[in-house]
Amino acid sequence: MTGGPEGEWRRLDPRTLLVTAAVLCGVAAGAGVPVAAGLSGGRPLWQAVGWVLAGAALLVACGTAADWIRCRRTRYLIGPERIDLHTGLLLLKHRSLARDRIRSVDLTANPLQRLLGLTKVRIGTGESTGGGESTLELELVTRAEGERLRRELLARPAASGTDPAHDGTLAVLDPRWIRYAPVSFVAPALGGAAAGAVMQVSEWFGAQAEVIDWIGDRFETVSLPWMIADLVLLATLAGAVGALGLWVEMWWNFRLEREPGGTLRVRRGLLTSRSVTLEERRLRGVERVEPLGVRLFGAARLDAVATGLTEDDDEKHTDLKALLPAAPRAVADRVAAEVLGETASPTSAPLAAHPRAARGRRLRRALAAVLLPAAVLAALGALLTPVLLYVAAGWTAVLVPLAVALALDAYRSLGHALSGGHLVTRSGTVRRSTVALRRTGIIGWTVKQSYFQRRAGLLTLTATTAAGEGAYDVLDAGEAQGLGLADRAVPGLLAPFLVPAETPEARPTSR
Amino acid sequence: MAGENAVRLRPPENAVDRRAVGWWRTQCLLATAVPVTVLGVLGALIAPARFWLLLPAAVLAAAGLACTAFFPAWWYRVHRWEVTDEAVYVRTGALWQESRIAPMSRIQTVDTVRGPLEQLFRLATVTVTTASSKGALRVEGLDHELAADLAERLTALTRATPGDAT
Repeated sequence: MTGGPEGEWRRLDPRTLLVTAAVLCGVAAGAGVPVAAGLSGGRPLWQAVGWVLAGAALLVACGTAADWIRCRRTRYLIGPERIDLHTGLLLLKHRSLARDRIRSVDLTANPLQRLLGLTKVRIGTGESTGGGESTLELELVTRAEGERLRRELLARPAASGTDPAHDGTLAVLDPRWIRYAPVSFVAPALGGAAAGAVMQVSEWFGAQAEVIDWIGDRFETVSLPWMIADLVLLATLAGAVGALGLWVEMWWNFRLEREPGGTLRVRRGLLTSRSVTLEERRLRGVERVEPLGVRLFGAARLDAVATGLTEDDDEKHTDLKALLPAAPRAVADRVAAEVLGETASPTSAPLAAHPRAARGRRLRRALAAVLLPAAVLAALGALLTPVLLYVAAGWTAVLVPLAVALALDAYRSLGHALSGGHLVTRSGTVRRSTVALRRTGIIGWTVKQSYFQRRAGLLTLTATTAAGEGAYDVLDAGEAQGLGLADRAVPGLLAPFLVPAETPEARPTSR
Repeated sequence: MAGENAVRLRPPENAVDRRAVGWWRTQCLLATAVPVTVLGVLGALIAPARFWLLLPAAVLAAAGLACTAFFPAWWYRVHRWEVTDEAVYVRTGALWQESRIAPMSRIQTVDTVRGPLEQLFRLATVTVTTASSKGALRVEGLDHELAADLAERLTALTRATPGDAT
């Protein structure tokens, strides 16, 4: 059962067990404290603690034993053409990947694993079909072994048109970028989570009422609205601090490099170190994402549009496709150009605006979203109680200007262009996204027209691709404009199906 | 945007099989019959709530019959398909019209599916998938022999066209 000179059957590192045991201890402690608190209500404290400790010991022992068996039964072989992985106790699994299909080798190590010099390895193929079956995970091996696997598996003859001049570092972290962390959507979410956590923990100890009373006492001298404002401010502050911490943990030591042989490598992380390698052959474009808060400060982040990042594991997905944290837009554009190998950055190319009818659609939709609930409220108010009438009036007065502003901004965001070898499309207001898609990566078109779009002379052009979300939209372009764009982006594909339009009103209707 | 070179997308050449109208009608009828029967039986059994069960049943039945009479004929007019040597072109949808185009070189698989109802009407559905998770093209309601020929022709064409489909 031994392989050739290139390798032999290898096993996972035995120190994996230490990590598992430590993690299980943490889980046991986390679950044990509230359970002990709950049990101690009915019986003496020593008894409750005893029960919990026994349960914890059982959990840790069983978990570690199971992991020991998993470690013993897992082995892998890096052969000259294939890599094989055997796992499983009862259900024996044997998986085999052809080495030339391997597109990514990603290393992740959390602080505990780093302390022990271990790392998790994810070997992925470019296949988007088959879900998780196309990736192999080795959990865990030594860091040296992980690096060796990464180098060995991704080593390619550097023939495929690589340009040594383009190798090297494309971007490193500028600590000043941290100023964009508190304005992201993470901050309010973390603030809310912090407030929720305070309530939850106090409930475990049966002290929720006391906490609320205590908060009430602090704000005895101020009126209720001020108290709410103060609390919201406090939560926001906590969220901002949390966002800063998260940013540091996520992006510390960030480095985007192009390695010889045509791969991009992203390294980042303060406590959990992550190394993501992306073969440039898999890259079909980049997406410049500007969430509203970040956009107001003139910043943007970059994501890769690449094949083989499966959509089923969402969290890992975002983790793997990130190319650049929120950074000044000029930096994002420069990095995008370098990643895509263009001289002029596609993401900052001047975009063609969409017809004014698209603005009307956005305005109507925004107003409908505000006025329909207002109408329902008003109707209920007329029938039941006048209080609802005031609520409806307030709702309309506050939200109509906001909705109109967002709709106008959404219209301004719409745009498309052809920049070098890329199709560029932009849309969105709360999350404005500019996608530059490699024209050779477009594997089909979808033209969608609702009844109202047909009346307004608009269409939504969708470029399907094997990468990223699978399809990228050019929303509400003019009919001739959109079809012309598609025809120019992929010459010859659409042309046989295009006919001159007789009148501006000419609509593609069926016989 | 009607410039001097204004263009539009012409509809694909071929209509689906005439029997598809019958197939769609049967589907509509079945989709209506199931909830109407359930409500009707319940209405017959539960006397106190009879009115409130039979009323929605009647409304559903009326709506379902109207849809059965109206939509399949419309769908027949708008569902069209075309296969050239370079591309597959499919148009579907009445209110939300959707035209899909995939080049031969990017086609990965060609499937023919025949459900029980389709077999009854001697129809088949051809699904053409590309490497995109959102790029599948479906041609419903083709004559089953035509569908088999089409699948064969597409497979042959795909094989003859170079490209790795991504």
